[in-house]
Amino acid sequence: MGLVSVIHPIGRRRLPLLRPLAGLALLLAASLAAAAPPVVEPSPMRATAIRHLVRQDCGSCHGLTFKGGLGNPLTAEALAGRPDEALLATILNGRPGTAMPPWRSFLTEEEAKWVIKWLKDGAPE
Amino acid sequence: MAERRRSGVAHSIRRLRLRIIGLLCASLLLAGCSTTAVRGSGDLGLVIERASGSVQLVDNTRRERLATVKGLGDLSHASAVFSRDARYAYVFGRDGGLSKVDILTGRLAKRVMQAGNSIGGAISSDGRVVAAQNYEPGGVKLFDADTLELLSEVSTRDPASGQSSKVVGLADLPGNRFAFSLFEAGEIWVIDAADPRHPVTTRYRNVGRQPYDGLASQDGRYYLAGLFGEDGLALLDTWHPEAGVRRVLDGYGRSTEKLPVYKMPHLRGWALSGGQAFLPAIGHNEVLVADTRDWQLRAKVAVHGQPVFVMAEPSGRRVWVNFAFPHNDTVQVIDVPTLTVVKTLKPGRGILHMEFTPRGDEVWLSSRDDDKLVIVDTATLTVRHELPAASPSGIFFSWRASRIGM
Repeated sequence: MGLVSVIHPIGRRRLPLLRPLAGLALLLAASLAAAAPPVVEPSPMRATAIRHLVRQDCGSCHGLTFKGGLGNPLTAEALAGRPDEALLATILNGRPGTAMPPWRSFLTEEEAKWVIKWLKDGAPE
Repeated sequence: MAERRRSGVAHSIRRLRLRIIGLLCASLLLAGCSTTAVRGSGDLGLVIERASGSVQLVDNTRRERLATVKGLGDLSHASAVFSRDARYAYVFGRDGGLSKVDILTGRLAKRVMQAGNSIGGAISSDGRVVAAQNYEPGGVKLFDADTLELLSEVSTRDPASGQSSKVVGLADLPGNRFAFSLFEAGEIWVIDAADPRHPVTTRYRNVGRQPYDGLASQDGRYYLAGLFGEDGLALLDTWHPEAGVRRVLDGYGRSTEKLPVYKMPHLRGWALSGGQAFLPAIGHNEVLVADTRDWQLRAKVAVHGQPVFVMAEPSGRRVWVNFAFPHNDTVQVIDVPTLTVVKTLKPGRGILHMEFTPRGDEVWLSSRDDDKLVIVDTATLTVRHELPAASPSGIFFSWRASRIGM
């Protein structure tokens, strides 16, 4: 039972906090113009763990090969053109009213950004 | 002569020789050689190796691997049903592949690509029709069980919106019927496949939001769909179809906040014991216990995480539960008379599925992240044996061939 407390439902509670954050991100994006946002590379060990998490546990709904299932496809083609900010919010907070849960308890914001980049690159091993 | 002396050494050599001959016979059998000894298929089974697109064939009496059959495509989500003679397994793969595996010879007998994204299937009560349920493009397709020839298709496309609902929870019912649920549309459909080229569909609308899976009771009377979008389940009593679908266990999660769901529960492992149904609570670390006479909630059993499979031993004496991420290293055992957890096992990482031997003396568990199968003695609740398997998920034993709703 010890782990139960880890998965508290944060989605709704932290949404108000996210708005100024999103605003900030937009400002930053604007000031950096077309420059890609810097993505911090996790340690090799952590990267392996994250890739496993995304492939296996996100894969429960999105498919092990990310071609979709109960959830939408997460292939490079499917994600091309989707704004990173929206994807980041979806990963961290989930999407209320759908089956997408928040992953904030398992991924930091930096890690989630790295996941988005990894998926958009076609999820190389 | 040495034979007469029967020394211990000679005896061991003879035994070794017999074992070698036995192994040769087994390999010949698996190679499809018709000159080898006959055997039954009642204690055989199939394990999905999800990352490699292969299935492992196993013998659950001798607890050993017999063969690996490759080339089944994307099995990242897969399930299987058996022909009624328990010789062939029909494997439904994520990529829409439908494969017919000969579990006696260890060969892929036939394979068709029938959809873009599939989730599972069922076989008709007369064994002649295999039904596949699809996410993409939605709908259900009916196939000839012998040839895998497409017989007909039941579309779930809504003419008004143009959207096709994903089909979940397909289960066979007596009389060559199939029941299933429509995830987006929130409906339950029953198709009568007596004439599989012209199936007749009965629709039940507004059964609840986002049915995520469904099951048929062991007697084939009830079809129950779990709802993701609401606290409750949708129940169809097929003895009284005129009464329609009714809501049961409505508001089971009321007064407690719903937790995020990291894996959808599976309802295929029907857990019915002593007039009670044991069901996973969506978004709660609980197993729901309902009285099957009136479908009222009788109890909630607090468990380690969110249940994925809730499965009764064939005897009904205990109910086994595995859990969604991040608690999927744990299996718990509920004692039915007292409704208490009597054992918590940590058999391996990523426990995805459980399957009982035909009469429940053992349960086989798949440990995805430790690449192994764990065989647990249900009398002592201790691990008896482990077998290697590559990223295993579903385990399907051939006793399913003769069960309704499996």
